[in-house]
Amino acid sequence: MAADKIEILDLEGINRAITRIAHEILEKNKGVDDLVLIGIRTGGDYLAAQLQQKISEIEGQVVPLGTIDVTMYRDDIGSRSDLSVGQTDIRFSLGDRRVVLVDDVLFTGRTVRAAMDALIDLGRPQNIQLAILVDRGHRELPIRPDYIGRNLPTARNEQIEVEFDPQHVPQAVYLVRT
Amino acid sequence: MIFNPKHILGIKELSAAELTFILDTAESFKEINNRDIKKVPTLRGKTIINLFFEASTRTRTSFEIAGKRLSADTVNISASSSSVVKGETLEDTAKNIEAMHPDIIVMRHSASGACHYLSERLSCSVVNAGDGMHEHPSQALLDAFTIRQHKGRIDGLTVAIVGDITHSRVVRSNIYCLSKLGATVRIAGPGTMLPPGLESLGCEVFNNLADAIRDADCVMMLRIQRERQGAPLIPSVREYARYFGLNDNNLKLAKDDAIVMHPGPINRGVEMSSAVVDGPRNVILDQVENGVAVRMALLYLVAGGEKLQQD
Repeated sequence: MAADKIEILDLEGINRAITRIAHEILEKNKGVDDLVLIGIRTGGDYLAAQLQQKISEIEGQVVPLGTIDVTMYRDDIGSRSDLSVGQTDIRFSLGDRRVVLVDDVLFTGRTVRAAMDALIDLGRPQNIQLAILVDRGHRELPIRPDYIGRNLPTARNEQIEVEFDPQHVPQAVYLVRT
Repeated sequence: MIFNPKHILGIKELSAAELTFILDTAESFKEINNRDIKKVPTLRGKTIINLFFEASTRTRTSFEIAGKRLSADTVNISASSSSVVKGETLEDTAKNIEAMHPDIIVMRHSASGACHYLSERLSCSVVNAGDGMHEHPSQALLDAFTIRQHKGRIDGLTVAIVGDITHSRVVRSNIYCLSKLGATVRIAGPGTMLPPGLESLGCEVFNNLADAIRDADCVMMLRIQRERQGAPLIPSVREYARYFGLNDNNLKLAKDDAIVMHPGPINRGVEMSSAVVDGPRNVILDQVENGVAVRMALLYLVAGGEKLQQD
């Protein structure tokens, strides 16, 4: 059976969502003081870069941007077949910062749990907030995003695919049924 | 790529892609060693036993720190404090240790092939930390990692290895590793320390230091392993130092930006003058630093993956 692929968000839809999330982040944090963006590899880091750009267009200030790889903090290392580990690249202190963690799709919440543990090993942030492009449901942990691009209830056998161009700019979001 | 080995016994069995994957994985783990809190929970609940039948400072400490930074429980056993002195065989010692359910045994042994032997008889993973005159895979990987760090690549480089080749497991692992990754490996040493058939491993063999290091990108010096030699293989240490010792003068033959490496322990004034050891070209302490990251990668790759559930 061929896989069904339905477009959920196009380029403009993604841009509107990112613009809105950028405004929401600025509103909730009353500006960019102490604010940093941390993208979860791979996907979240590209979206965090988009958010950084959007925030600088709005506020005229560039907030620090970092990337985190959560492989070392995962709870399923014994059952994974792909053991590749990406690099964490955070060149500033997290102490007393307001950290906005960014990922493309929120599903079980286990990746976000791992990311929070990883962040806390790197420093003691003032708080951690969560920005997500698509929330597809099926949480297995008590984790709730603060900023959501699109809420999309899905079935377990469905997948969300975020397509990026070679410059890592998000192009479209698809719902894939297999 | 998918690579989750059960054991790491030698470089010979690994492909260029697998070696590169290990180096890339080590690159990710290196960052942890520069943090304030140098620990990640990756191998929490795993038990690693460092079983060292031969003296070692660097390798044993490095493996122990690597295991601890991954949150594994590490236990060290050295021959002098073990039942080996009471006459227990290697297999019996290992079976008794295995009965305590370790996940990984990291072993150094004076007999070539000891790690292969154990890996066929135990159900836990075995990592070779040096077996006799055979292989020392983690050393070759940290050497490759250090070369890549300083040169940005390995492919196309010329690496000269000089010293007691016959007794060196470091050389064997390095020849496999560097030639698989595309480097030209040159070997030099006194005739009595050059085993026959080296060319068949794909390296160039020289009987003098100057020809070997001329225009090399990297010069790796080795210690004379007197503990493995029966009858003396050289007339005197002074003579060896004169003909095969690296000093500021002959180092000029290598490329201007050549790096100098040594697996340690160094005998100052023998294979290398103190001026070179303390000079700007040497990357010996980088090798030691990178060793922890490389061993973290090896322990992670051996402990991770689906195989532990299947066995």
